[in-house]
Amino acid sequence: MLEHYLSLFLTAVFVENLALAFFLGMCTFLAVSKTVKTALGLGLAVTVIQTITIPANHLLHTYFLQPGAMVWIDPSYADVDLSFLGLICYIGVIAAMVQILEMTLDRYFPPLYATLGIFLPLITVNCAILGGSLFMVERGYSHSESIVFGFGTGFGWALALVGLAGIREKLKYSDVPPGLRGLGITFIIVGLMSLAFMSFAGIQL
Amino acid sequence: MPVLKARQALLDPIFNNNPIALQILGICSALAVTVQFETALVMSIAVVLVTAFSSASVSLIRTRIPTNIRIIVQMTIIASLVILVDQFLRAYLFEVSRQLSVFVGLIITNCIVMGRAEGFAMKNNVWLSFLDGVGNGLGYAFILLVVAFFRELLGSGSLYGYQLLALAGSEGGWYVRNGLMLLPPSAFFLIGMIIWAIRTWKPEQVEES
Amino acid sequence: MRRDSISNTFLVAICLCVVCSIIVSTAAVMLQPIQERNRVRYRRRNILIAAGLYDPDVPLEESFARIQTRLVDLETGQFVDEHERIDPLTYDPQRAARDPALSVEVPGRLEEFPFERRERYVLVHLVEGDQGWEQIILPVYNRGLWSTMYAFLALDADLLTVRGITFYEQEETPGLGGEVENPNWQARWVGKKVYDEEGNVALRVLRGEADPDAPHQIDGLAGATITARGVSGMVKFWMGEHGFGPFLERLAEEHADELAAEPARVAWQPARSRRP
Repeated sequence: MLEHYLSLFLTAVFVENLALAFFLGMCTFLAVSKTVKTALGLGLAVTVIQTITIPANHLLHTYFLQPGAMVWIDPSYADVDLSFLGLICYIGVIAAMVQILEMTLDRYFPPLYATLGIFLPLITVNCAILGGSLFMVERGYSHSESIVFGFGTGFGWALALVGLAGIREKLKYSDVPPGLRGLGITFIIVGLMSLAFMSFAGIQL
Repeated sequence: MPVLKARQALLDPIFNNNPIALQILGICSALAVTVQFETALVMSIAVVLVTAFSSASVSLIRTRIPTNIRIIVQMTIIASLVILVDQFLRAYLFEVSRQLSVFVGLIITNCIVMGRAEGFAMKNNVWLSFLDGVGNGLGYAFILLVVAFFRELLGSGSLYGYQLLALAGSEGGWYVRNGLMLLPPSAFFLIGMIIWAIRTWKPEQVEES
Repeated sequence: MRRDSISNTFLVAICLCVVCSIIVSTAAVMLQPIQERNRVRYRRRNILIAAGLYDPDVPLEESFARIQTRLVDLETGQFVDEHERIDPLTYDPQRAARDPALSVEVPGRLEEFPFERRERYVLVHLVEGDQGWEQIILPVYNRGLWSTMYAFLALDADLLTVRGITFYEQEETPGLGGEVENPNWQARWVGKKVYDEEGNVALRVLRGEADPDAPHQIDGLAGATITARGVSGMVKFWMGEHGFGPFLERLAEEHADELAAEPARVAWQPARSRRP
């Protein structure tokens, strides 16, 4: 059983890395990867939000949205299928969670808020967060699996981000053709990183 | 002057101020759908529709939206439009919608849509916002379709599902397809190349580093 | 009313919610029958493709009229005509595989099949011919590299020869593992034998090219070792004792007379009842 969760975790971190295999969260990924320090802050924020929102959306999906989910309220609701509301609900949950986290940090952990604060609003429009929830629904994870999956995807995303930031810091010392400077070369680096992460594919645990 | 401005709103985002190549917006979800030209085309149309109509609707009620809930108001409008597109795709383009799977839903978090609603539609009238939405959608579509063109042609030897290059091996042709083009990293390389090309053509876009 | 006043905030929020929910719900409710029909049609079309009966010019309903859908209990290997919780039209095996009441544990840790549970009931499809059924179409699936691959495997009435296969749901690497959807590759399955002389599942996908005359080998998929392994495992598991084995065994006994009446066909007997 533990093995199963470990395998799920490693798959989420390496093989199916949201940033490098599914291109999710690219906008922030490219914009906030100039220095390692900020990358660490954003990575941490994403990991925390991902670990909270994916299980939360899982509960929402299981008990309200999927066909026949509301039987626990009243058996007559067995035919109700609200799955078409999924998108709007998940994004609502994400926005709300981000807001709550922001307020909690501000109130109780001011130093942490000072580091993470500016990144939190960015996260609402980070596709990796919504994408994680949608993948969780598509693949039908159980609740405990969704926690592991949430943490794994967030961690994997953060790992990729910090890695890219490290490379970009070193890149300052290299001589890049003018047209490729900045964004162009970053894309190519991300491509190479993506190739590296793909070599984890097919590892069976 | 207004005529010129409308043209600018529509055409500028395609080459001069491309949302992907210059603003780093909206790369997220969509690259995963560029393996085939057809899915990329459907995705592009979906994004153009969503950006255009969300910008127009946001602009329509821009004077009424309270500032403190404006993000969530924009989000709700965008999410509703995306659900509409998703439902229509499932009903009328079932096969393509199967391939797009979760990526249609991810248009919601496509920064272009959000960015145009917040950055342009909140300040401009309905018609201009609509054109700006279409323009940015097209700018996005341009990159997407170029990437998809090369990926499908080099990766599968076909275009829009039609086999153009006869495949080697058991099919008896001459073209050995490039497996890399089918994998995610190739999209990054291609975009890097496109950016290089655009910036060589328009040197004012080059970044100082 | 001021734009940022609390009352205006509430007013805008409520109006927006109402308008958006009306639009979204109307669209969803109106389009649902079409979407449902698409799903059923897609499934049916793939069943017909597997059986080699699909003709784009013939209306689907017409072609499908020859096909009979039956519910099978994989534990007993019997047809089940009525089940209180299962309506053949809406039965979703993928969900049933996660429902403890409708699924069973896969014994042991099988190398070929990584799932812990599988559904207990499946829908099989029989193609009616002039003398009884001619083909049986079995739903099978297995994990590939990225995704779970779902397929229909059509067997001849001798329960040994493959009549066709189609993969209708998979998200393998397009162009590599995704080639399982390639009709040319699927065509190579036709005529292959699932079991060897001893009655063991022998059909598998090779790593390289297969000998076209070898009854148990299928060409590999270039650059897709793991997908190919998944496909081989799929055949091994579903055709074996933990999958359709007991059902096919019972079906073979039932049709023993029928098969005996036709000497051209080799009567297939499962491993357990075969004399050495």
